[in-house]
Amino acid sequence: MSNAFGAKFDKVCEILDRYEKRPTNLIPILQEIQEEYSYLPEDVMTYVATAIGTSPGSVFGVATFYSHFTLTPKGKHVIRVCDGTACHVRKSAEIIKTLEAELNLNAEKKTSSDLMFTLETVACLGACGLAPVVVADDEVHGAMTKEKTIELIKSIREGEVAHA
Amino acid sequence: MRAQTASIDKMLVPIEGEKNLLELCRKAGIELPTFCYHSEISVYGACRMCMVELEGRGIVPACSTKPEAGMVVRTNTGEIRSMRKMIIELMLANHAQSCFTCKKSGDCRLQSIAKQLGVDTIRFKKTNRDEPLDLSSKAIVRDPGKCILCGDCVRVCSEIQSVGALDFAYRGAKAQVGPCYSKGIGEIECVGCGQCVKVCPVGALTPKYQVAEVWNAIHDSSKKVVVQVAPAVRVALGEYFGKEPGSLSMGRIITALRRMGFDRVYDTCFGADFTVIEEGKEFLKRRESGKNLPLFTSCCPAWVKFAEQYFPDFLGNLSSCRSPQQMFASLCKEQLPAELGITREELVVVSVMPCTAKKFEASREEFQKNGIPDVDYVVTTQELALMIKESGIDFNKLELGSFDMPFGFSTGASVIFGSSGGVSEAVLRFAAETLEKGSSQEFRQLRGLNGIKTAEITIGKETLSMVAVSGLANARKVIDQIRSGEASYDLVEVMACSGGCVNGGGQPVCADSLDKRAKGLYDSDKMLQFHVSSENPYLQQIYAERLDDHKSHELLHTKYKNRKRIDQEELILAESSGERVLTLEICFGTSCFVRGAQQLYQDLMEYIRSSGLEDKTQFKASFCGQQCKKGPVLSVNGKSIEKCTRELAISEIEKALNLV
Repeated sequence: MSNAFGAKFDKVCEILDRYEKRPTNLIPILQEIQEEYSYLPEDVMTYVATAIGTSPGSVFGVATFYSHFTLTPKGKHVIRVCDGTACHVRKSAEIIKTLEAELNLNAEKKTSSDLMFTLETVACLGACGLAPVVVADDEVHGAMTKEKTIELIKSIREGEVAHA
Repeated sequence: MRAQTASIDKMLVPIEGEKNLLELCRKAGIELPTFCYHSEISVYGACRMCMVELEGRGIVPACSTKPEAGMVVRTNTGEIRSMRKMIIELMLANHAQSCFTCKKSGDCRLQSIAKQLGVDTIRFKKTNRDEPLDLSSKAIVRDPGKCILCGDCVRVCSEIQSVGALDFAYRGAKAQVGPCYSKGIGEIECVGCGQCVKVCPVGALTPKYQVAEVWNAIHDSSKKVVVQVAPAVRVALGEYFGKEPGSLSMGRIITALRRMGFDRVYDTCFGADFTVIEEGKEFLKRRESGKNLPLFTSCCPAWVKFAEQYFPDFLGNLSSCRSPQQMFASLCKEQLPAELGITREELVVVSVMPCTAKKFEASREEFQKNGIPDVDYVVTTQELALMIKESGIDFNKLELGSFDMPFGFSTGASVIFGSSGGVSEAVLRFAAETLEKGSSQEFRQLRGLNGIKTAEITIGKETLSMVAVSGLANARKVIDQIRSGEASYDLVEVMACSGGCVNGGGQPVCADSLDKRAKGLYDSDKMLQFHVSSENPYLQQIYAERLDDHKSHELLHTKYKNRKRIDQEELILAESSGERVLTLEICFGTSCFVRGAQQLYQDLMEYIRSSGLEDKTQFKASFCGQQCKKGPVLSVNGKSIEKCTRELAISEIEKALNLV
């Protein structure tokens, strides 16, 4: 994800050109745009609809149909908690609850107000031997507990402070 | 060769080009229940109500199965019956149970099919949630809690109208039908035609009623309330009272309106006669000068909004004439207060229309004077039926009444406005009368239910090329042909609803009644004394006494504007962190996009980077600055440049930066 001046929208134009502004390429177009923006902003979807000659309603329909697409901005750090069978029996629910309390989130609100964290649950990460598993950004943390989860968030926050 | 047949419930039914088993069953006199099948839109197969048993193939949906010779079909087995019942029960478990207060009650297909199938219990847990009404549109009310996801509105809006204002969103148990970004239907590109209302089997989409407002006005003793009735209403209202489609009930409607308390009962056709004269003159003038041809008609408010959104470059071709509803009302508000001895504020004009978009039209700011609309309230045919029933009037026993004068007098030319092709025919009659006095021709070439009807018509030495279009997707097709040079016309009549106003979104819902309603209008034309609008004596009198060129322009003509499709905020394309000295705003609306806005953006970004301006610039986009004809439009620090090119933009940017 680039923050340089105008880079994101340049990329949108490039993506549309590369896919020849064809309506049948809508899904890959949206996928690549989401990679740029981390989500699908409404105004960009309207631009895509204009460019490929369809109605914004049908772009919105596709964007809301697939769970891969998200219409709200994601936080800087994405925390994924595995809630597959193995993790679930090893109390992943408790970890989710802890994270929700710590980050002031709930079932509807997945991203913290400061846009720092997004909490996601996933069905299985295929690392059942490490259950319960939490993936913070791209780092895997196994055999998680309530305490270790709080510690993890604390260290990410401290890292942010050190950077700033 | 022996006729090909299929066996349906042990009857041998000949296959004669039916597209699907459902049509074949209908021919055999079997009415299969369905929510999502409409002959004029694509087959969707979503509701699963029309399932039949096909020997050798099991249970299949009749609507999406092609008839083949030798098929053995059963429509009424125990298994199918219990399946249909269960589907209805599942739908009901997920549907608001507010039938008592639902506007669709009595006309609701879910209600009638549940009754038809004898559903007397719902075995499933209730799962529906009431959702807030969408009241954002002037024309249509959406009640998402009642939607059964049949998709009829989605298909009619995209296939017949090529608008696509409604679509499916989300999925599974959360699936819903609605406008983009969960906005209100009044905040998006919906043109208000009401064809979605017409096909919605339940109460999820209904006209926005103004019944209560009209009653209040009638009961307000300080007001004089006059009413105008559109042509298409008189051949459809009777259907609510057991009459055949197309049977003329104007006389009874007039008596009913008087009994309900309207002070004057007038005819929109009187306005339509003025439309014919004004549009006819405009047409002949443009023919002479060769400018702004073809002339597009402007009677249909849904078409006008459609053109404003999608075809800004054709707005100059639209007739500047107001629609009959608005011509009638501006004349009324101009002339009646003095005659009735009241102020303009004390006069209330009510319209009875077959159309939901007329409600939107009445609210347009072009049709207001000092904040008071020319038409105060618009009720649809179905609202009028409700009001008559509410008044306790036994419609079929009413004596026949006649209109009040002078605004109740009309010619046959204006009555046929309600059917596609009618406006063209009326204008042609006037043109023929003007070019060849006493020719009294009829011009039947543009009658019928086809979506695109063309005719070459010779009057004297002139040959006119005409096309009457109904359905906005057809209008888009014809405009594309005109643009590409594939076709050329002198006059293009556009009606948003297939078949014209007789099929409006506020009319009673009844399949196969369109040709009958249209016939009713043409019969009515025959019965009237005059057939050319210019023969209307009251109209002649008003022209002579009140309407000079200036006045008729003020009262009978209007202007159009470019209109954005969606209320949406701007899009930040690029933003600097430093102190900003340059703000660029580019229009990314449809029209500017087509005229190369994206290339312009890319060129300018290259310029900004090569000039090292990244730190000082904000580049944003809006979705239509409503200057479409002059696109692409770019604004540099608030100064707008039309038909902008790279060179123009850069010279303006350099100027702006020197100033800073």
